[in-house]
Amino acid sequence: MLNVENLDVWFGHDPDRVAAVTSAAFSVAPGESFGLVGESGSGKSTILRAIAGLIDSWSGRIEVAGKPVAGSRRDRAFYKTVQMVFQDPYASLHPRHSVDAVLSETLRLQGMGDIDRRITRLLDDVGLGRGFRFRYPHQLSGGQRQRVAIARALAAEPRLLLLDEPTSALDVSVQAEILNLLADLRAEHGLTYVMVSHDLAVIGHMCERLAVMQQGRILEIMSADALRRGAGDDPYTRRLIAASAGYSRA
Amino acid sequence: MSPPLLSIRDLRVSFPTRQGIFEAVRGVSFDLGRERLGVVGESGSGKSMTGRAILGLVRPPGRVTAERMQLDGQSILNLPERRMRKIRGSRISMVMQDPKFSLNPVMTVGAQIIEAYRLHAGGAKAEARRKALEMLQAVQIRDPERVMGAYPHQVSGGMGQRIMIAMMLAPDPQILIADEPTSALDVSVRTEVLNIMDRLVRDRGMGLIFISHDLNLVAQFCDRVLIMYAGRIVETLPAQDLHRARHPYTQGLLNSLPRLDAPVARLPVLHRQDSWRDDLPEGL
Repeated sequence: MLNVENLDVWFGHDPDRVAAVTSAAFSVAPGESFGLVGESGSGKSTILRAIAGLIDSWSGRIEVAGKPVAGSRRDRAFYKTVQMVFQDPYASLHPRHSVDAVLSETLRLQGMGDIDRRITRLLDDVGLGRGFRFRYPHQLSGGQRQRVAIARALAAEPRLLLLDEPTSALDVSVQAEILNLLADLRAEHGLTYVMVSHDLAVIGHMCERLAVMQQGRILEIMSADALRRGAGDDPYTRRLIAASAGYSRA
Repeated sequence: MSPPLLSIRDLRVSFPTRQGIFEAVRGVSFDLGRERLGVVGESGSGKSMTGRAILGLVRPPGRVTAERMQLDGQSILNLPERRMRKIRGSRISMVMQDPKFSLNPVMTVGAQIIEAYRLHAGGAKAEARRKALEMLQAVQIRDPERVMGAYPHQVSGGMGQRIMIAMMLAPDPQILIADEPTSALDVSVRTEVLNIMDRLVRDRGMGLIFISHDLNLVAQFCDRVLIMYAGRIVETLPAQDLHRARHPYTQGLLNSLPRLDAPVARLPVLHRQDSWRDDLPEGL
């Protein structure tokens, strides 16, 4: 479904060029859920943004559903295959657009017909129900907003969802609801996920495999089972797993 | 047992809104000794507002009332701003969540610590400078001379938070209120910052109020935990007994967290009950 080879991403120009990602390579099978973990600045979100076409300063090869993409140009067919959900539902929805406006605009952009029926279906899919259709973001809680953002991503009927910290701005009880929703949607629609998170337990819960990143490099790719056992090959991975387990008094 | 550093009974914080009075904190009572007290809850539970009320930082039209709010036996409820300023910083200090927003971006780190210290302790500049260096060393900053001359954007998040702690501890307060002090930090840095805070609090015999949404972290770090829901304390537990929590809200919060050591197919979802808002917790 997704194949990334020899990916370099950089920001700025020489002599101030900063390498954000260096020689990243991984592939994700159709229907699989793949995690990217690492600390701030490790390049995990940058990889997602390069795939989505939000960054043009990259080199290497990115293939989505067998087709290579170039630069930051993406055609409509790409966005029918790939959609992204962002971290902060307070920032990613237009404050003066109702849920109805957000979804119908997306559907129209994707050239979909039968918009009325589709909106109802999307709202049902993400567990919001019809009553939310004409609400504005300020009338929604954080979890409800993230459901709208997920509905917007699903509007294009994509096969690959790029999830950038989709629950880290939410309370843990709401996080549980959104993670369950994402798991259900994946099962129902046969979606493929690439999920970025700093929370190893969330990745362990949602993904079968994951890449551990540090300073722009993928240190290793491991299974969620290996993550649970704390069995990283790289000493950094083992340190990261130990530190995420919580605080133990020195 | 020595008398508590801080004693609070029936603390209420309310705000007038168009829909009527909104009570953010609804009758919170606790005593703080020389201990690490965790205050846990989700957004809107009133945990941060409790901290702000203690420091006298609730601005009108917000209203703070309490049957008792005493620091070392002295009432600090609704003191005039001039008197509160003498307490805030020197006797009760606060560390906020994100050092990026709490440090002054156009002042060097050294100048900020010196200013904060002299404001409370007075004294000569040279003396304050010596104290600032000493504090930076106490929070394990290896090259304090260099950091003194640096601006906040030139230091990392973890170092920024250690600088905040240094600044807050310079006047030797009796109580430190830390509001999500590690939430903006990476896990590897988090442990380091917590270690420093733990040691300083223990060595100086301070009382610490640690406000956080992270139940497990609080249980590992603190001695005692208050769990807040909708502006009230629903349960108080010794930290090591957190897994024996009895209130359904606490249990629900714990269960809704994904865990590496106990994988589940589906996460249990919290079903909020109206009774949690108003039923009195057991033992009170």
